[in-house]
Amino acid sequence: MNEIVSKRRIGPDVLRMDVRHPKLARKARPGQFVILRVSEDGERFPLTIADADTDAGTVTLIFAVVGKSTMLLAAKEEGETILDLVGPLGVPTEIERYGRVLCVGGGIGVAPLYPIVKALKEAGNDVVAILGARSKDLLILEREFRAVTAEVVVATDDGTYGRKGFVTDVIADLVARGERFDKAWAIGPVPMMRAVSKATRDAGIPLVVSLNPIMVDGTGMCGGCRVIVGGQVKFACVDGPEFDGHQVDFDALARRLGVYRDKERTDHEVCRIGLGRR
Amino acid sequence: MTDPAGSAGKGARGRTRMPERPPEVRRRDFDEVPQGLSEEQARLEASRCLVCKKPQCVTGCPVGIDIPGFVELIAEGKFEEAADRILLASALPAVCGRVCPQETQCEVKCVLGKKGEPLAVGDLERFAADWKRAHGTCPLPPPAEPSGCKVAIVGSGPAGLTCAGELVALGHGVTILEAFHKTGGVLVYGIPEFRLPKAIVQDEVDRLASRGVRIVTNTVVGKLDTVDDLLGEYDAVFLGVGAGAPMFLGVPGEDLLGVYSANEYLTRTNLMRAYDRQRADTPIARSRRVAVVGGGNVAMDSARTALRLGAEQVSIVYRRSRAELPARAAEVHHAEQEGIAFHLLANPTRILGNDEGWVTGIECIRQELGEPDESGRRRPIAIPGSEFVLDVDTVIVAIGNRPNPIVPKSTPGLETTRRGLIMADPKTGRTTKERAWAGGDIVTGAATVISAMGAGQAAARDIDRYLRSPKPRAWPPVGAARAE
Repeated sequence: MNEIVSKRRIGPDVLRMDVRHPKLARKARPGQFVILRVSEDGERFPLTIADADTDAGTVTLIFAVVGKSTMLLAAKEEGETILDLVGPLGVPTEIERYGRVLCVGGGIGVAPLYPIVKALKEAGNDVVAILGARSKDLLILEREFRAVTAEVVVATDDGTYGRKGFVTDVIADLVARGERFDKAWAIGPVPMMRAVSKATRDAGIPLVVSLNPIMVDGTGMCGGCRVIVGGQVKFACVDGPEFDGHQVDFDALARRLGVYRDKERTDHEVCRIGLGRR
Repeated sequence: MTDPAGSAGKGARGRTRMPERPPEVRRRDFDEVPQGLSEEQARLEASRCLVCKKPQCVTGCPVGIDIPGFVELIAEGKFEEAADRILLASALPAVCGRVCPQETQCEVKCVLGKKGEPLAVGDLERFAADWKRAHGTCPLPPPAEPSGCKVAIVGSGPAGLTCAGELVALGHGVTILEAFHKTGGVLVYGIPEFRLPKAIVQDEVDRLASRGVRIVTNTVVGKLDTVDDLLGEYDAVFLGVGAGAPMFLGVPGEDLLGVYSANEYLTRTNLMRAYDRQRADTPIARSRRVAVVGGGNVAMDSARTALRLGAEQVSIVYRRSRAELPARAAEVHHAEQEGIAFHLLANPTRILGNDEGWVTGIECIRQELGEPDESGRRRPIAIPGSEFVLDVDTVIVAIGNRPNPIVPKSTPGLETTRRGLIMADPKTGRTTKERAWAGGDIVTGAATVISAMGAGQAAARDIDRYLRSPKPRAWPPVGAARAE
């Protein structure tokens, strides 16, 4: 169990790993995540479940290498095992037949969006997906999304692919064309979710976001992942990770994400240049 | 060799003092504070025991250890036998010898305490357990004949470990399902290394594994498997999931950077070993000045941990007076010796911060005690105009936990109280759900390690009775069970 069955690079710093855990593959629902540990001295950290294959008994993790822990994970090869893997955690996405839905993914946020889009489509929704990236080479999963829904719009900040601009520019285009949506999802960096929250609020579209605070235990016992939603304290690991995007205090989330920046920077650098190898 | 002076002499001789590392040394590392009795000290202390015909101490022990029995064996120099005597009733003697509040359980009933000082039961228990760990060779008696029954134990804290130990000895197949990557529950994530070395907890767990208990980590029941899934696979389920969901103050500024729940602070330090900044990847704040809000053992542990992580100044803020502090007197004493300041009769009003969102202080208001509230303790009343500010960069909130909702929410038929605690019969641990038992903090709210062990023991014995009773088996409602 926990064996890395396949490992593929799907972007400059983005990897896709299929990990064997048959029961987890059966139980995982869209919107849920796992907590993993890669080494004995390593930290516990969350990754969303991007896909699950019940025949093969594997779950798919797609992650960007952003620090020491993801770097250690990326260094693992096919055939090796992940030390600790626990899930499925979090409340699954509420999948219903809403009608016409808008699903917006930014950067690595496209990965957790994928299973949600698949499930919404299977439930009979018309799904419009907006995939945003800084540039063409950072765009991931476009083919996979197009296999699920015909209506996929790509936007890149630098215009190297698709529409030049942000995902919010695409939303503005759609709204200007008279498009109506019954519900929207947005997953991506905090500034992106904050911007989409404003755009959808202005357009009168209910919004769900999936939050990515720092986590330790993932089961609601430490409160480290607390976020403020509608003025109330919620734990992203057991109350979320999805919340009403118009109620989330994104500023508080952004602040809390930076609390260990100094150590993260140092550890990442030390790891990158190969010091402190065990 | 017993005291030739006889019982009058025994009472007159003072209680052997447990040697402790000096505060200036120990406040900067994570090694144990009490160093343990030597063989000579242990025999001397053990020989003070009057070996009462009707021992009162035993009635104070939640797991019914034969205290005069093991103490007499120590006095005779039969140290491993003493440990084995304890093991008949307690699965975790090295743990209890360190964290049990003996002073309110067995020792408080000791006859010697009437005129002099009670027998140091806790110190002797620790001595015997440590001796067996270091020198013991005798294996435990073999388990009973296999019953063919399988029991799932959810949670590997003190309740679950004890339940597992009893059931495996009675011949049942036992599997422990633990959510974390390490077993031990609060013994590992909550109680710091300097009060309870993790190697000791690991040894106790290893002993269970060697008896045939199957242990599965990284499994969250309620997420990966529901209790109903387990009941499909096992004959009985014991829920020892603990009361792990931290309470916050609800004051302005609690969302500032540098505010931790005690659970998070201790989990990072203990379970994830963040105190070892060189090795551990898990970060923890580099605090200079810390305020810990709360007065229980968790608050003391948090404060003493903050000191060891390098804080220059650590304070406890507690809203009642010294007499009401729930923490063990010994831990309060240790904290004071280590230089932790106590701001009693004070309660936070808000947490202050700078423009970047970091904590810079905590404003508190002085309290006076009024009439007792529903808990029986005198109610703190704020004194208007008495606000003061403590200059701190970290606030640790150690005001208690609520029950974790994951299991109750995913288990139909499992009734809970208004507060979310699982309803269970106090004598047998039976819940309202057939074939499901529960014990420990998830039933009582936050309490002690030993009371969780007592609940695990009682549930194990009831599970055994139930599994061996002929079918069809009755499942009385929780209230009816109470009347039996």
